[in-house]
Amino acid sequence: MPVYDLRSAGLRDLNRQLHALRPDTNETHWTVQNPDGAHAIAAGLDAPVTVEIEGNVGYYCAGMNKLANVVIHGSAGTGVAENMMSGFVHVKGDVSQSAGATSHGGMLVVDGNAGARCGISMKGIDILVKGSIGHMSAFMAQAGTLTVLGDAGEALGDSLYEARLYVRGSVKSLGADCIEKEMRDEHREQLYAKLKAAGLAGEVDPGEFRRYGSARTLYHFHVDNAGAY
Amino acid sequence: MAENAKAPRTAPRYSATFTPEVMSEIRRAAATGIYDIRGAGAKRKLPHFDDLLFLGASISRYPLEGYRERCSTEVILGSRFAKKPIHLKTPITIAGMSFGSLSANAKEALGRGATIAGTSTTTGDGGMTPEERGHSKTLVYQYLPSRYGMNPDDLRRADAIEVVIGQGAKPGGGGMLLGQKITERVAGMRCLPAGVDQRSACRHPDWTGPDDLEIKIGELREVTEWEKPIYVKVGASRPYYDTALAAKAGADVVVLDGMQGGTAATQDVFIEHVGLPTLAAIRPAVQALRDLGLHRKVQLIVSGGIRSGADVAKVLALGADAVAIGTGALIALGDNDPRWEDEYQALGTTAGAYDDWHEGKDPAGITTQDPELMKRLDPELAGRRLANYLAVMTLEAQTIARACGKSHLHNLEPEDLVALTIEAAAMAQVPLAGTSWVPGQTGL
Repeated sequence: MPVYDLRSAGLRDLNRQLHALRPDTNETHWTVQNPDGAHAIAAGLDAPVTVEIEGNVGYYCAGMNKLANVVIHGSAGTGVAENMMSGFVHVKGDVSQSAGATSHGGMLVVDGNAGARCGISMKGIDILVKGSIGHMSAFMAQAGTLTVLGDAGEALGDSLYEARLYVRGSVKSLGADCIEKEMRDEHREQLYAKLKAAGLAGEVDPGEFRRYGSARTLYHFHVDNAGAY
Repeated sequence: MAENAKAPRTAPRYSATFTPEVMSEIRRAAATGIYDIRGAGAKRKLPHFDDLLFLGASISRYPLEGYRERCSTEVILGSRFAKKPIHLKTPITIAGMSFGSLSANAKEALGRGATIAGTSTTTGDGGMTPEERGHSKTLVYQYLPSRYGMNPDDLRRADAIEVVIGQGAKPGGGGMLLGQKITERVAGMRCLPAGVDQRSACRHPDWTGPDDLEIKIGELREVTEWEKPIYVKVGASRPYYDTALAAKAGADVVVLDGMQGGTAATQDVFIEHVGLPTLAAIRPAVQALRDLGLHRKVQLIVSGGIRSGADVAKVLALGADAVAIGTGALIALGDNDPRWEDEYQALGTTAGAYDDWHEGKDPAGITTQDPELMKRLDPELAGRRLANYLAVMTLEAQTIARACGKSHLHNLEPEDLVALTIEAAAMAQVPLAGTSWVPGQTGL
């Protein structure tokens, strides 16, 4: 299985090789050494392969991912797994801001903490953060789930659409039009499925979480709501 | 009393400040409590291309023969970094307009017309439709803050990518597509429930500032194998710095949109009071590229109120490489056509003034998602009209260029121009007609 030294061979050549992989490739497990915080590592993948990155990465690692399983043995900069369509991205360390931004599908798991705007404009992705998340997370989040085992920062879910937010710890404050909602069986089942997908089945109790979602009062612009923005 | 009644009286006098239009808007605001939202660009009178004239040839300049000597019009966009730059037959491109704000038929017509004319068309907020891709030989894919409908397959299917920072009608503003136009199809493409108002963010969700933009452009290039030209579109506000920063961030092409450029729906106060007129924005942008040694290497596309071949020629003479048209293209398709006057009247307006594009009731079937209204626009016929309009504009620009002795539209230069007003002379940095005075640059 290919082992790629990014420091000596360069980003363009790595991404070119990864993009050239066909769905039936035998090269299904790649290791990237010495990432050195480079940007756009393994961005734009479109094949069911695993890419393990041994170290810290810069912006947009695994951006626009389809199908691939990307494991980052380190921390990630801004926009990890941004606009992901499908696949699985697992960050063993912390992530910076805008993790999983605008992503349509797949799953992003962060073992550490996430910075500001985690899940901003998310459109269907499942994000699970084992630590805490920063302010303005799930801003204008449209669809998908954001699960946080730790705490959430200020203005969680501001101007939220239909995404579901599950937080185990405290929430510093809720954003405009975001409210706490009843945790029914269907939500506990959904949350359990997400925990299971992240390898946490049996380790974390879905009953410890609170659910947050849209009050839907801002779905149609009305002058009486102008003060809420 | 009788004598007093016959005495001359002061004639009714309207205020130049509180005009009937202003008073009407105050009454409307008082009645509704909400600002006016509308489509299109700035409607107020602004210094514009009509305030410039070409000098033509004379003893010191000789012209080209109108029907015999070649005046080229082709343009290459994206030659700086992209492996596959775009080759167009005419420098008049079609600006970004979304499926959602426009009907699918209108988007198809834009693609058809542009393809016949040998130019490009552009997607908009909401993503790329198969009809649009299928009927557009050269399609520019907009990468917007909302990322509605954004997916990497469409990115790879595009011929170029336009990172939208802002637009001339509302530099610094996002958008709002009202629920009336959010059909199941539009909603599905945007991953939202049907019928809700869809806000479009004014900032990108995963980058801030010029240094981040450089990294974002790097990602877009990596995902598309460095093949596609990357455009950066800005609304005209600080054109010198925005152009310089876009070029520094690695753009192949800068798109500069003045305040006459249209929008699908924005507050009237925003459209009329924020941003620069197109005429005022061109020279600073060109200067930024010159200062960086990148003029003609990073191409400049200018849009906002371009209506004719004369406008095209003037924009190019001021240093741009190409133009983009939006409102003009919609008019060519059939927007605001007097044939629908009865229906415009029923909507409380008149042909030529209809701008409630956000309401989705367009009698011409262009700015609507109503299936019955959409049927009124035949995409083939409308596309043909657009192609004709583009051909006329190109011929007009060539006519002027030949008269100035230029064998390519890009050979037009500021020296070919004079201004009719002091304002236009200052903005375009060309002499006031009949003088050698360039306000701000030369003494009287």
